Amino acid sequence: MAIPAKVVKIQDGKAQVDFGEGVLREVDISLVEVKVGEYVLVHAGYAIQALSQEEAEETLRLWRELLEAESSHGTK
Amino acid sequence: MSENLRFRDPTVAKRVVEKIRETAPRKDTIKICHVCGTHEWTITHYGLRSLLPPTVEVIAGPGCPVCVTPASEVDEAVALALKGIAVTCFGDVLRVPGSERSLLDVKAEGADVRVVYSAMDAVRMAEREPNKEFAFFAIGFETTAPSTALEVLRKPPKNLSFLVSHRLIPPAMELLLGVGDLHIDGFIAPGHVSTIIGLKAYEVFPKAYHMPTVVAGFEPLDVLFAIYMILKQVKEGTARLENEYVRAVSWEGNIKAQEIMYKAFDIIDSQWRGLGRLPSSAFKLKEEFAIYDAREKHGIRITKGRDLPPGCQCHLVMIGKIKPTECPLFMKACTPQKPVGACMVSIEGTCRIWAKSSMM
Ligand code: SF4
Repeated sequence: MAIPAKVVKIQDGKAQVDFGEGVLREVDISLVEVKVGEYVLVHAGYAIQALSQEEAEETLRLWRELLEAESSHGTK
Repeated sequence: MSENLRFRDPTVAKRVVEKIRETAPRKDTIKICHVCGTHEWTITHYGLRSLLPPTVEVIAGPGCPVCVTPASEVDEAVALALKGIAVTCFGDVLRVPGSERSLLDVKAEGADVRVVYSAMDAVRMAEREPNKEFAFFAIGFETTAPSTALEVLRKPPKNLSFLVSHRLIPPAMELLLGVGDLHIDGFIAPGHVSTIIGLKAYEVFPKAYHMPTVVAGFEPLDVLFAIYMILKQVKEGTARLENEYVRAVSWEGNIKAQEIMYKAFDIIDSQWRGLGRLPSSAFKLKEEFAIYDAREKHGIRITKGRDLPPGCQCHLVMIGKIKPTECPLFMKACTPQKPVGACMVSIEGTCRIWAKSSMM
């Protein structure tokens, strides 16, 4: 299980992150390249992946494409 | 918050379910297998199976790391604890049955067994008590293994060793394809494991097995789209590797984490609970880190154990061969309060997920 969190502060390979509860928690960020303000996926105390805003948009774009491609396909 | 809402848009959900219904075959059943406790949770918690047409079946493979850890390795942790070593582990490892006893059983008898939230906590605990010997029971798939590797490479205090039980997901998927009468038509590959190992790790499934494979995220919509993507492939008669979880998974995966993992570990064959021995399916600390290997350091090696308590069908539940409700003990002798098998113990176990949602 991994949960997305926002990086609020970075110091010595550790970051203070917010899981959306407004409470800051410490996670290790040595496995990723990340900046303050970005989102990370956190698993058992370690950020395992940086999540960028563009990639979030990318998912929504993929979904739209899938829905649209098939509807034109379906009517032919 | 708004981010979450965009990934949970009910009108999109309605449309993708319509697409699934249009694309699903009329007669033949399509069996889609995922291998992730979190996917099972999403599917069960949001009742996704009830949205699918009767010809689309989604089954759960061995996606629960605690469940697949064989009894022999729990026995090794128990043996360490009985030797007077403080054993640290994640919370849901405590109650996992060994051949005779769990870590919780020996803790109740006075052994020093402590729950930690991360490998980092295990290191800090050992640092705080330098005169006490510690062993961290490191369980988990490729999602968790990099954190263990990282702590080993950082040269933790000498009074800490690691009982490494990390296992790899792709070999378990290959095992499922070898189960004669399971007949899987497509894989939903686990998103979190894939953030580390990347899409490339699944290339073999479409190529060698002609198996549609889609890496998916964990929102209900992610799972529904992945199902739809697989159905489309089946309908087209193709087998491709596709990425639904583009916001977290790349082709290469997390290279930094992979480098750290391969610096610390070698890949070995290993026993999976109730499933037998799988080739190249687990990590072992490399020779140069032997001083941190709890098995070497404390001379403990148990290779045989009793994986299944009498009556437990975990081995069949874990490969999606039966549903938890088909186990005669489910919610009778075996409940989340008094679990019999590993699949009822772990929060990622299929039996526990089904039990919890039936109790809601
Ligand atoms: S319900 Fe309990 S006994 Fe039955 S398979 Fe699941 S864990 Fe094992």
